Formats: sequence, structure tokens, C-alpha cells
Amino acid sequence: MRRALLWLALCLLPAFAFAQAIQPLPFRDRAEEVRFQKLSAELRCPMCQNETLADSNAPIAHDLRRQVFEMMQAGKSDDEIKAYLVARYSQFVLYQPPVEPSTWLLWFGPAVLLVVGGVVVVVQVRRRARQAPAAPPANDTGDDW
Amino acid sequence: MSRLLPLFGFLLLVALFGFGIWWNTGHDPHDIASPLIDQPAPAFALPVLGEPERMVDKASLLGKPYLLNVFASWCIECVHEHPILMTRAKELGVPLIGFNYKDEPADATAWLAKHGNPFDTIVADRDGRAGIDFGVYAAPETFLIDAKGVIRYKRIGPITPDVLDNEIRPAIAALVKDAP
Repeated sequence: MRRALLWLALCLLPAFAFAQAIQPLPFRDRAEEVRFQKLSAELRCPMCQNETLADSNAPIAHDLRRQVFEMMQAGKSDDEIKAYLVARYSQFVLYQPPVEPSTWLLWFGPAVLLVVGGVVVVVQVRRRARQAPAAPPANDTGDDW
Repeated sequence: MSRLLPLFGFLLLVALFGFGIWWNTGHDPHDIASPLIDQPAPAFALPVLGEPERMVDKASLLGKPYLLNVFASWCIECVHEHPILMTRAKELGVPLIGFNYKDEPADATAWLAKHGNPFDTIVADRDGRAGIDFGVYAAPETFLIDAKGVIRYKRIGPITPDVLDNEIRPAIAALVKDAP
């Protein structure tokens, strides 16, 4: 009997751990909870840097989640909440920084690199296509790539 | 010429990655530029540590510049920073206000009894709400706030002798020059 109880307690242990890990916030309804999860996943924890506010267990993430939650309860829009955090923690807290001159390189840099690479490839291929018929296969020494 | 192209590409990548390494060793990724620099410090009203009935607010500190040092008894780096506050804070010529961040008053008092108390006044932000307004996300952090209540400088991380001599002192000197 005692053995069975012990087993039961052991099996229930993970359930307690789960309840501890999640910050209990009294959401009014499911929609609000979904909105909160979505918003906190778009925000970055300033302390841990590679975690979202939703994922982080740092004390500051805990406090900021509470702040976000309270602002939602007070009827603030997502943009207002983001502006509030940006004013204090800079754009660093946004996982998706706004498109503006200082972030153009970030947003368009990869596309520009892709276009440049594409142009280089096209130029090379065309040049070789022009050269290929002129080069007699017999003279090919093999070291001309 | 086209034979050298791979070498050229390779060197370009070396330069790019080399820059990345250089850049990451040269700057602290935790050092997020605060948007609050040259902005008015947020309004706050916090109880004095150990005297919960006495409140200190932003207005009562106006009139002269001061350093606001965010510390906590749970903060490991604060222990490393503390000796320099103990020995050299007085020579800076501005009040040093302690900002006890998310701490139990009893723990903070015990911590100060053990390590010494370099602060002129200590305010207690137990739940960290005022800390959010200051953009605090860790401790220690240090703010220099001028006589008009504007944040002029912020240090994230412990104050080292180097930071004290090369950043904080010049920042205070600049304030004195600004307001004769």
C-alpha cells in the first residue's frame, strides 16, 4: 500500500513541476490568453537575449510578462505595449524591428546580397557560354576551370 | 584573373568573420544602448530601505546631480562592484543613491551590514516596477542623473576602476561644466 502511494506521488511529481514553471496569469478568456502568448513571443527578453519573453524564466522576463498582462487588462493595444517597452529597453526588445533607415541593412541586406550573387552568376555563365565554342577541346589542359 | 576569384572570395569571408569576432570581443552584447539617455528620468516614489514610511521621489532629488546605483543582495556582480563604491564613491563629489532592486529588505540590510554601506540614501523597489521604468533588466546598473532630473549616463554591469576613471568621472565633469 505504501509502495503504491509512493509510486503515485512519484508519478504526480512532474505535474507539480509543470504548475511551478508556468506563471499563472488570470486571463479573462481564451482569446486574451492567445493574444498574450502571441505578443510575448514577439518580444525579446533583455536579459537572456536569445529567448522570447514567453520562453524566458529570468526574473525580468517574469516582471515584463506581468507588465504586458496588466497593460492588456487596462485595454492597451499591442502597439501601445510595444511602444512602452521600446521606450525603456530600446528596439532590442522587438524580435521584428520596424523597417526604417537604421534597419534597412538588416531587412534588405540579404536580398541585396542575393541579387548581387545572381548578377555575378549570370555574367559568368554568359561569358563562358560565349567562350566555350571558341575553345578547341583538344587544347583543354584541364586546369582552366 | 578569374583563377584568383575563389581566393578573393575566401579572403572576403575571412575579413567578414574576422570583423565579426573583433566586433563581438570589443563590445558587450549585454550593453544595450539605453533609449533613456538624455531623457528625463522616470518619475518614481519609493520607500527608503528600512524606513518604509519615508518616501523618496524624483522631485526630492532634483537640484543636484546624483548617481543611482541599482544593487541587490542576490546580485553576484554587485559584490565585485561593491569595494570600489566603498572606497571611491566619496571622491566623485555627487551623492550616491542606492536603488535596491527586487530584494527583501531584511536581506538587503544584512548584505549591507556585511559588505558596508556606501550609499547616502537607499530606496527600495521591491517588486521591480520602478526598475522597469528605468529600463533596468539586471544588476548592477548605474545611472548619472543631472540636477534637472535628466539621465546623462548609464552603465550596465559593475563599475570597474577603468569605468570610474574613464566614463563616470568625465560624465560628472561635463555636468559641472554644463551648469556652472
